[in-house]
Amino acid sequence: MKIKIWGTRGSIPSPGPDNNHYGGNTSCVQVTTDEAFIILDAGSGIRRLSGQVPEGITRIDILLTHLHMDHIIGLGFFGPLYNSAITVNLYGPSSTRESLEKRLSRYLSPPIFPIRLSDLPCQLNLIEIDQSEFKIGDLTIKSTYVCHPGATIGFRVENGTSVLTYLPDHEPVLGSTNFPYEPEWTSGYDLAKGADLLLHDAQYTPEEYRPRVGWGHSTIPDALAFAKMTAVKKMMFFHHDPSHSDRQLDNLLKAAKREKSYPFELGIAAEGDEYYLP
Amino acid sequence: MAANQIEIILSRQLADCLNIPVFLIDPQGDLLFYNEPAEELLGKRYEEAGKMPMDEWSTVFKQSDDAGKKIPPEKLPLVSALTHHKPMHGELTIKSLKGEQYKISVTAIPIIGRPDRFLGAMAIFWKS
Repeated sequence: MKIKIWGTRGSIPSPGPDNNHYGGNTSCVQVTTDEAFIILDAGSGIRRLSGQVPEGITRIDILLTHLHMDHIIGLGFFGPLYNSAITVNLYGPSSTRESLEKRLSRYLSPPIFPIRLSDLPCQLNLIEIDQSEFKIGDLTIKSTYVCHPGATIGFRVENGTSVLTYLPDHEPVLGSTNFPYEPEWTSGYDLAKGADLLLHDAQYTPEEYRPRVGWGHSTIPDALAFAKMTAVKKMMFFHHDPSHSDRQLDNLLKAAKREKSYPFELGIAAEGDEYYLP
Repeated sequence: MAANQIEIILSRQLADCLNIPVFLIDPQGDLLFYNEPAEELLGKRYEEAGKMPMDEWSTVFKQSDDAGKKIPPEKLPLVSALTHHKPMHGELTIKSLKGEQYKISVTAIPIIGRPDRFLGAMAIFWKS
């Protein structure tokens, strides 16, 4: 399973000279095997991925964690949606009242966007998921709702030997009285347990978090505590705050490593990063 | 051990923050949690009580009506909410595990998550 990061910024695309290394594009991760071409979230990073889709591909599966703008903003700029020879399966979280089609159409329709979702030329299938388990090629995908405002799911992607867990927007500390000591009372635990690679929300410093409790994001220490509790092998900070420059992110990682040692490999996800899981 | 679903996790967190007694059960009726104000009313700390099955918690508090007649478990608001997936309300007298008697009002609500998943029920108590 090959994993490539196309966007790792949180909240809003934030290009600029201070962000060149980790990148300014919002959440988008490509997962490929011999039998599957999956995209996790359609943030602004998906536009560049568009140009790298192999010629002749006939099926792409896009899995949306939720419909906040930074996770769907790139959707209308994804080339394969305009190719009638390609089947695009677009998965998103079930909500209480409105269908996925209706919710996505709020963005993909005038006056917000010139092309209507219903007018896209590809063979588009909209699939609503919740506490789900399904196969895409040789991969098994598990999804559960997680702690983040609005209907939001996280993903566990398994290939039989390795596990990728994707929790870009996640505030597990909010739901737990005794975080991080009660796994069964911790949002996202089953998705992340024992993962080989965890891409996890680490948007805030503790100081930044204080006035933003309930916004659905984690502090770096909470993300680290979650990774330790779930016994992952490698964790990469994800969903970087738009105000955090490359230098600040490097300093935050250094400070975290200085403070403690961790029983897992630790780093900061950057646009262009590639990971291979056997 | 599998983690609870997010709606149950957040329900427990809400209960933990409230200063009124709250009782939380799973879809099978097994007790998942009750908060500190409920501990006072029921006469036992949750950590000591642990995960009681419905057969136990629905009889252990010896509930009765105004006339002193025993209320069968299936008539309890929380059991009814669990059975019918509807909010229920009732007035009853219970005897705490310390032997103290309280007249209480109970409002029970089913917990139904997106898109339509029945996940358990929650009861809120008031001393009448």
